[in-house]
Amino acid sequence: MDTYRADVANIGKSVIIKGELSGSEDLYLDGEVEGNIDLRNYNLVIGPNGRVRANVHAKEVVIHGKVDGNITGVDKVELKKSALLNGDISTQRIVIEDGAFFKGSIDIHKAEVKVDAGRPATQAVAAAKTFSAPAPSVSAVGASATAEKK
Amino acid sequence: MGFFRNLFGGRIETPSAPDEGGVRIPRRSTGFNQFTRAILRPDGQRILDLGSTSSSNINFITGLGHRAYNEDVLMAANASRLAVPGPEEGSTTVDVERFLAEDLLYEPESFDAVLFWDVCDYLPEPLVKPVVERIYQITKPHGALLAFFHTRDAGAEAPYYRYHIKSAETLELQQGPHFQLQRVFQNRHVENLFHDYNSIKFFLGKENIREVLLVR
Repeated sequence: MDTYRADVANIGKSVIIKGELSGSEDLYLDGEVEGNIDLRNYNLVIGPNGRVRANVHAKEVVIHGKVDGNITGVDKVELKKSALLNGDISTQRIVIEDGAFFKGSIDIHKAEVKVDAGRPATQAVAAAKTFSAPAPSVSAVGASATAEKK
Repeated sequence: MGFFRNLFGGRIETPSAPDEGGVRIPRRSTGFNQFTRAILRPDGQRILDLGSTSSSNINFITGLGHRAYNEDVLMAANASRLAVPGPEEGSTTVDVERFLAEDLLYEPESFDAVLFWDVCDYLPEPLVKPVVERIYQITKPHGALLAFFHTRDAGAEAPYYRYHIKSAETLELQQGPHFQLQRVFQNRHVENLFHDYNSIKFFLGKENIREVLLVR
């Protein structure tokens, strides 16, 4: 999920959001956000027109645009060649394309393997993979959102 | 020290687009090997990389159990926001005060080691001394600094490379944005510039590069 897809929530380039943005589905963000973004177990792609002044928390974060703020990507953070990031990164894995600009620190966390008591690790991992996601929703909590026509 | 600077009138050159996906040239580096030995233990050190952003470098540093910091000083130094009119008509220079107020901003003695690569050779002249002084301030006592310097044989058109860490002995060089080599330091100039440091070791590198390992 590193480019626009019709089957994920999409915030277009004319949308400006100020406040708390949270959700329980993958999100493609090509607009502007000022505040906080919290997707926890879902993925976030900040498109080439995306302008974010916020701390970001998501499962995987892919950045094409500009971000001023700290990024927590639980599984992975990826900076594409057009990315401009001023802020700290906390993640398990990081991928940075040549040409990306990054100013900040990086904390790499080792993956945590949670094993149910009395069950082999392989079964626990298989169970985690088949876990079905809850009904999707993306919300801008306490936020003011404006859409400008170009 | 102003060998090449005069050729370009001290102007700030806007870098052209990076050579995306360029080939990587491996180069063995005694200086980097010594630097790695200096930062091996203990875990949890804070290492500042002042070159172009490289995931290889981040992976290498974090793989040693350290925390990686990145700041592309050369890109910041050549940013258009820092350009101010120079002394000569039509010329531009860099706003040093603004650079120091917005860039390389860390608490004193924040870092256990700093990778400076060959950034110093490409920095606009007004920034050389202030940047070296700022690096000294933000490095811990006994902290290491690795810097590379071109020899005169490199020539004015020596390309700017991104340095990617491949292993403790080997670096990979990849042609980066087109920054202009500003000057060539003699050993004496290097010693003067870093005179506050406790020790300085020179290593003869390949392809007209001297490697310098300094300890604060």
